[in-house]
Amino acid sequence: MSRAWRVARALLGSQYALMLEYRAEIALWALSGVLPLIMLGVWSGSGAGAAAGLSPQQLSHYFLAAFVVRQFTVVWLIHVFEEDALQGRLSPLLLQPLSPLWRYLAAHFSEQGTRVPFVLLMLLLVGLAAPGVLWWPSAGALLLGGLAILAAFLLRFLLQVIVTTLCFWSERAAALDRLLLIPYLFLSGLVAPLDTFPPAVRRLALATPFPWMVDFPARLLAGEPVNGALGFGAMAAWCLLLWPIAHLLWRAGLRRYSAMGA
Amino acid sequence: MSTIHARDLAKTYRISEKQPGLAGTLRHLVNRCHRDVVAVDRISFTIEPGEMVGFLGPNGAGKTTTLKMLTGLIHPSAGELEVAGHQPWRRQAAFLRQITLVMGNRQQLIWDLPALDSLRVNAAVYGIDEREAQRRIGELADMLELGPELQRPLRKLSLGQRMKAELLAALLHRPAVLFLDEPTLGLDVNAQARVRDFLADYNRRTGATVLLTSHDMGDITALCPRVLLIHQGQLFHDGSLARLTQRLAPCRQVRLELEQLQPAEAFAGFGTIESHQGHQVRLLVPRAQLTERVAALLERFAVVDLEVSDPPIEELIGGLFRQRGEASAAAAEP
Repeated sequence: MSRAWRVARALLGSQYALMLEYRAEIALWALSGVLPLIMLGVWSGSGAGAAAGLSPQQLSHYFLAAFVVRQFTVVWLIHVFEEDALQGRLSPLLLQPLSPLWRYLAAHFSEQGTRVPFVLLMLLLVGLAAPGVLWWPSAGALLLGGLAILAAFLLRFLLQVIVTTLCFWSERAAALDRLLLIPYLFLSGLVAPLDTFPPAVRRLALATPFPWMVDFPARLLAGEPVNGALGFGAMAAWCLLLWPIAHLLWRAGLRRYSAMGA
Repeated sequence: MSTIHARDLAKTYRISEKQPGLAGTLRHLVNRCHRDVVAVDRISFTIEPGEMVGFLGPNGAGKTTTLKMLTGLIHPSAGELEVAGHQPWRRQAAFLRQITLVMGNRQQLIWDLPALDSLRVNAAVYGIDEREAQRRIGELADMLELGPELQRPLRKLSLGQRMKAELLAALLHRPAVLFLDEPTLGLDVNAQARVRDFLADYNRRTGATVLLTSHDMGDITALCPRVLLIHQGQLFHDGSLARLTQRLAPCRQVRLELEQLQPAEAFAGFGTIESHQGHQVRLLVPRAQLTERVAALLERFAVVDLEVSDPPIEELIGGLFRQRGEASAAAAEP
């Protein structure tokens, strides 16, 4: 068994055990990610979807898929990293021959695993409240949608690594992440499918990484016709662009690290 | 080849300063003032393989900053540094596999999980195969007298048990260099003794090099034949504890228990009176005149008990730093 696989198994195992300890908190987090369901309610009554050429069924499928995408692409790295850096918990992690970022990544995957039953329960409740709104995606949509969700999560994680490295320069870098939340909310497709945007705004949105984080995987999962090659290609391009930036900032940040609190 | 080689090692922090009050806050916002603080000021020392060295100094002396540089957590501002054949700040995996840092006030084990879960992760991270990891955990657990505690969530363990579990985790990869920062902090007397015994045993068995900081002189006297004494970022002493005592205390302490009460004036000419309470008298006597003064005391007074010792090292070091602090304050005055 390769060392990488052993490390991954051990990290995922311990982090999953840890997340199960916090299951009540995770249930509340899952509950707090209902924005797409609220937007579904808002859009269903407005008739604006029809104006954008979307049927009520397409709209409901989109927002339910966006809800699932949102649940499995939540990234909270900056908050835990900032806390660890301020409390001195980061230092022991930096002294091990494994970047602490791998631990945080494993923690995110484990948290997603813990979220699964709560997300299923919430979908069931939606199905009970609005019979007929749920649908069963095709195997292809499930597979491609699942892959796109994973890629979207990795893209969000990478983007947040960049903001997180600013913790080495500022003690309160989490505030910057809140600033990123605004374009994320409006340009990702969480409040409205990208198809409903005015053409100029849509072009602007597509030039950012945000639509690939929600709109693209949600449309794949909902079975909408999308250009898969373009979507996955854009995600790969953004990852290739962000990776070296994250790497350079991380290295520069470590040089500035003062190991406070330790 | 030395395990640790530091030459003119220095660290300067740049800190921003703010005056109190609203005006100070607003001034700080538009015109931030910075000041350079020298935490470690060109210290040089070497430590040979297998040595156990105590690192002493008051709070803020630069001990922890030095440890952070030695472990590669922070970059030195100047000087040369080599630990186990590596420049620590490059944080190469080969270096990190050879060292460990135990901080008495910080933990690496996961608070809400049993220590065994964290140990399993450490074994994988350090590439120790599962059977070997089990063997090492068993061996270290025996040495540390840990058993079922390893299967209980860390938060449910006592402070002493947690510290022992932390030591186990820190030593699982058999590091050749141990940096210990207050490893007995907050432990009771029994737990302190067990941790000290364990560290001495580990050093004997593995030949690991140990650099230990502690405010508890018991740790230092029990474990470290050599001490480095640092004050205001500068190295004040590098040598044995006995030599440090001689250097700091030209006098020895003579404690007398008398049969009859005597006035303090009766001891004038025998030494400096440190305390005089009832039948108990404590004198400081110059080392060179110790024998003749003790003989004279025994001849002059009816003595029930007599003890000659060095003053406690904590008091000596505390006294030295107070003197040096007052001297620097006086020199700084216009």
